[in-house]
Amino acid sequence: MADKQLLLGDEAVALGALHAGLSGVYAYPGTPSTEITEYIQGHPLTTERHVHNVWSSNEKTAMEGALGMSYAGKRALVCMKHVGMNVCADPLMGSAMTGANGGLVVTACDDPSMHSSQNEQDSRFWGTFGMMPVFEPSSQQEAYEMTRAAYDYSEENTIPVIMRLTTRMAHSRAVVTPAEDIRPQNELHYPEFPKRWVTLPVNARVRNRELIKLYAKCEADAVVSKFNRLTDGPDHSMGVIACGIAYNYLMENYPDGCPYPVLKISQYPFPRELALKLAAMVPTILVLEEGQPLVETMLRGVFPTQTKVIGRIDNAVIRDGELSPDAVRGALGLPERKTFAPAQVLASRPPALCQGCGHRDFYTALNNVLKKDYPTARVFSDIGCYTLGYMAPFNAIHTCVEMGASFTMAQGAAYSGCWPAVGVIGDSTFTHSGMTGLLDAVNGKADVTLCISDNLTTAMTGGQDSAGTGRIEAICAGLGVDPAHIRTIVPLPKNYPDMEKVIREEIEYHGVSVIVCRRECIQTARRHAKK
Amino acid sequence: MKKDIILAGVGGQGILSIATVIGSAALEQGLHLKQAEVHGMSQRGGDVQSNLRLSSEPIFSDLIPRGGADLVVSLEPMEALRYVPFLAPDGWIITNTVPFVNIPDYPAMEAVMGELGKLPHVIAIDVDAIAKEAGSARSANMVLLGATASVLGILEPEKLREGIRRIFGRKGEAIVEANIKAFDAGLASAQK
Repeated sequence: MADKQLLLGDEAVALGALHAGLSGVYAYPGTPSTEITEYIQGHPLTTERHVHNVWSSNEKTAMEGALGMSYAGKRALVCMKHVGMNVCADPLMGSAMTGANGGLVVTACDDPSMHSSQNEQDSRFWGTFGMMPVFEPSSQQEAYEMTRAAYDYSEENTIPVIMRLTTRMAHSRAVVTPAEDIRPQNELHYPEFPKRWVTLPVNARVRNRELIKLYAKCEADAVVSKFNRLTDGPDHSMGVIACGIAYNYLMENYPDGCPYPVLKISQYPFPRELALKLAAMVPTILVLEEGQPLVETMLRGVFPTQTKVIGRIDNAVIRDGELSPDAVRGALGLPERKTFAPAQVLASRPPALCQGCGHRDFYTALNNVLKKDYPTARVFSDIGCYTLGYMAPFNAIHTCVEMGASFTMAQGAAYSGCWPAVGVIGDSTFTHSGMTGLLDAVNGKADVTLCISDNLTTAMTGGQDSAGTGRIEAICAGLGVDPAHIRTIVPLPKNYPDMEKVIREEIEYHGVSVIVCRRECIQTARRHAKK
Repeated sequence: MKKDIILAGVGGQGILSIATVIGSAALEQGLHLKQAEVHGMSQRGGDVQSNLRLSSEPIFSDLIPRGGADLVVSLEPMEALRYVPFLAPDGWIITNTVPFVNIPDYPAMEAVMGELGKLPHVIAIDVDAIAKEAGSARSANMVLLGATASVLGILEPEKLREGIRRIFGRKGEAIVEANIKAFDAGLASAQK
């Protein structure tokens, strides 16, 4: 038997993909998905087999790169956090139309309870939306095995497979026993159905009908899948449908076995036939699913049915947030566990910018200028460590929506009469999806002051390479920003007077200015110093 | 047999190296194990915890139920208090007494220690001072692990020492020895 390993759910997916003969991983960092790519980058097989592993600029370029690899017959993996699926929605939906040639697995890591995210969107919906199968492992061992199975399934059915993890699966370690065999990589080979890959209406209409049929076949597969299992129990007063890791929270409450019949779901499209079998056994079905009530909504329908469905929608289980053994307990009719009362002297300890971080000095200088001389200024910020500039003592930003929204929202507000309209973005977010917004600003001759707080890395997710390092000013000039208004400053307390002078001058310039505020992230600087 | 442990602290304090050593020892011993970690935004100076579950039987949930933790092990006293509702009625708190003050409204230390004092099983030690005294100031987390070893039960102290050797081995013998010394000093202080 192969060596047992202690792996994060993310790492189990990564190892499963490598052992399935992966040729390339395409990803942009995002919690809780980052460790999939990092594990592949550090694995000896990656070097030995020349597995592509360079970070992509964003999730869209990642998805497209992987689709190109699939076109060429090789196995590719795309990884992202749940909101990354929005960024790559166009090629993702397109990939269902082209289908896969080499196995294509798209891993989306959802973040219920928003530990490090702006919403709780549930990536299983993409499966229904795009007519693609979704795999949702319930254990790290299953994550390894299902990833391998997903590649075979993808090739057998020439369709991308979405692998859905949630924070607790992605970032929890358990013992994984890998399989003995490591599959070879695919040879270059082109698609059997070349017409699908040119999605002109004339081809797409044909493919759409095939896809509808294929999706029905995928549901039939899910009925007999070894990853979906209906288990009987002695108590037929209720049945439980438990999806993904919700199964674990159910079973945690029954150390001697669950008394109710249980339908464990890890492969979608949702196998309705199995739900009907369960409904024939019990009058009430409790649906436990991590994320949004996808299965529950489907089972409830609109018209009255004989089977009562309970779950998140009727608050039998918490309506939002991450599930836990305690969150599902009430719905099972079990009493609350006896606990000590919470301590009375707790203070909350929110995340904060590190001491010595360059973003701190940037916000201090910006505040010194704006709060004193421009009290009507609005600061449109973005996604990254610098979003923490919202917190005291800085209270420096007014908006943060999604990757890239800073520069573009600042323009919309400026056109509406907002002045000064200041944008704040990090270097990695700038190359992810800020560059096109800067081009808009140049073309629209917007009166905006756009700041790139450049720490030479993708810091929030732990210091991955940033796509534009060393070329930020050149990119801005290339997009048409007047070089006289591309200013570079170094965020340090001793430089506050210079920084403030530059900020003031560029606010007073009624056109597009870019202020590049550059100092290395202190976390990566420490790591570099050790080397 | 099972042991459910909540490891607590402030992002950057190094609770994960405690989890890594226990995890390595547990794997070697053939125990089942689940270890939920915090990555991402919360790591930036916020409160962090890791749910570490060890058992001779298969484990389902990655999260420990309320009232189920056999141990709450914390590198910071107020952070230990945060997880009191998760502590089992006969569970132990093993905590550092040195506060990590990076917030303006950190409560009075007397109040924090007072709350800890109300709980039945508490080992509260100054791990920073003990580490310094043992000549390995940077191994405060191994002092805490040593103190934990005094009540852990499911893994013998020697198994944890072997874990330390495996985990720190590639950093050289001096680092291994400093960590073992810190571990032993923590174990001794808890047994006093």
